[in-house]
Amino acid sequence: MINPALFSWRFLNVWKRNLVVYKKIWKVNFLTPLFEPLFYILAFGLGFSGLIRKVHYDGVELSYTGFIAPALIATAVMWNAFFETTYASFVRMYFQKTFDGMLATPLSLEEIIIAEIAWSATKSAGAATIMLLVLGLMGFIHFPMGLLLIPMAFFGGLAFGAIGMFFTGITPTIDMFNLPIFLFITPMFLFSGTFFPVSNLPAWAQPVALAFPLYHLAELARLFSIGTCEVSPLISIGYLTVFIIFFTFLALIAMRKRLIQ
Amino acid sequence: MNKIIEIQNLVKQFNGVNAVNGLSFSVEKGEFFGLLGPNGAGKTTTIRMLYGYSPPTSGMLRVFGMDISTDSRKIKSRIGVCQQDNTLDPDLSVEQNLLVFAGYFSIPKKEAVERSEELLDFFALSHKKDAKVMELSGGMVRRLILARSLINRPELLILDEPTTGLDPQSRHQVWEKLGELKKSGLTVVITTHYMEEATQLCDRLVIVDHGNILVDGSPERLIEQYAGRHIVEIEGPDQDLIEYLKNHDVEYDDLGKRLILYDPERKGMNSAIRSQYCNEKCIYRNSTLEDVFLRLTGRELRE
Ligand SMILES: Nc1ncnc2c1ncn2[C@@H]1O[C@H](COP(=O)(O)OP(=O)(O)O)[C@@H](O)[C@H]1O
Ligand SMILES: [Mg+2]
Repeated sequence: MINPALFSWRFLNVWKRNLVVYKKIWKVNFLTPLFEPLFYILAFGLGFSGLIRKVHYDGVELSYTGFIAPALIATAVMWNAFFETTYASFVRMYFQKTFDGMLATPLSLEEIIIAEIAWSATKSAGAATIMLLVLGLMGFIHFPMGLLLIPMAFFGGLAFGAIGMFFTGITPTIDMFNLPIFLFITPMFLFSGTFFPVSNLPAWAQPVALAFPLYHLAELARLFSIGTCEVSPLISIGYLTVFIIFFTFLALIAMRKRLIQ
Repeated sequence: MNKIIEIQNLVKQFNGVNAVNGLSFSVEKGEFFGLLGPNGAGKTTTIRMLYGYSPPTSGMLRVFGMDISTDSRKIKSRIGVCQQDNTLDPDLSVEQNLLVFAGYFSIPKKEAVERSEELLDFFALSHKKDAKVMELSGGMVRRLILARSLINRPELLILDEPTTGLDPQSRHQVWEKLGELKKSGLTVVITTHYMEEATQLCDRLVIVDHGNILVDGSPERLIEQYAGRHIVEIEGPDQDLIEYLKNHDVEYDDLGKRLILYDPERKGMNSAIRSQYCNEKCIYRNSTLEDVFLRLTGRELRE
């Protein structure tokens, strides 16, 4: 089903194309990861501090902002990668016919798709790096271990980029992305141990949260930021690896079915 | 005998319907080959199979003697393609379009810069080097697509309607450039709806309809064979004329208000017709490829 001859390092040429485009608009793209964590920390730090004193997590007591700060990086990884391979890739594929042009060159469709996913992960890693700086300066992240958040962001970006690409392969129109966002991304954003510990959820809901990829990414983010986590990082890394492979595979099949006729 | 393209019994099916219905033709090195036909004839589908975008349902397709299904990467690195749709990258400038595309062929940066300067110059686009693609006129867009398709110095150039939608000036400019490429010995496959373009440029062409080849030959030979040397068009014909033509075995098409007579001269009937039957309006002219095309594919609308 998947032919190994269709994969090569040529995918980097497509990745570079996205970098060339990004360099033109990086100043605007730069602002979101810079200000978003500031806004969240301000809103939750000032607004909530009277309501929530401490969060019990993994047997440790954390300030509320200390609890959410690492998760903010994980959610940014998710949004960045998922938006890139849904809306942005869809525009390139459908409206701009960029992939059609590429397919008249030695590139294979598989390389184009892999490049799009890798690019989305790169954007996630870029955003995480900037947030790391901001949150680090505010004292929410311990260094040098915190630097591991950058490769982690790339790794997590692959997961959300792959599932986004899969949705792009099966979504008839661009408006329909509302559906996976509403049904999958938003619940995950709220219930993955991001803004409150999963142990606060009713017992029946806890296993659902544990199945969310964002939960595992938030776990890893906390581990690398402040050295605590509930679940063994090996489980989280293993889970995300399987998730990446599975959805990359599905994305490749869906895109081939959609574009090669 | 150096065959660049060899196609035999090529079939492409979409949902059980044959869009391409057993095509066979070949293109020799250095030939400028036309693929003509009305909308929906299967031209784009054939071309997409040629450059490996679309896998054939059945049949043989060889480019440079290689099989497209197994050697598509090797083949694609040696051909240039101008797709029917505009596939320029709107996120990139004019020059970046060429440089990034060169990247897809793994052409080293330095060489890519040289080639893109050359091509921008050749297609009179140097002054637009830094412009956004969106700011280009229709003619410039087409020229840039052409320039881009030559970035890998292809041995075979595939053009799907390269001049559709252009104003006459731009069209002639593109023709002139294509003429120069032809002189340089490049092998070209082109589809077009401009019969004048095909007549001028093509060494040989096929007319396809409903996925089948109707005729194959040089433009001159096809015109000679299917429309004769001259055409007489008679408006408001009467029944007498039709009787007369039938009696004298002159080939004609009856369009109701107009009759098209194919080469009545061949039968020595020219002056008789002109003196007796040209009551309203009569046009005497040279035959063109358009006459051949309409005669073979019919005159009803396709869409
Ligand atoms: N992807 C596709 N799915 C279904 N039908 C298609 C597809 N592409 C082309 N066709 C059909 O195949 C026929 C030939 O189309 P095409 O090759 O684009 O014609 P041309 O380029 O000669 O105008 C048309 O009837 C068209 O509707
Ligand atoms: Mg077409």
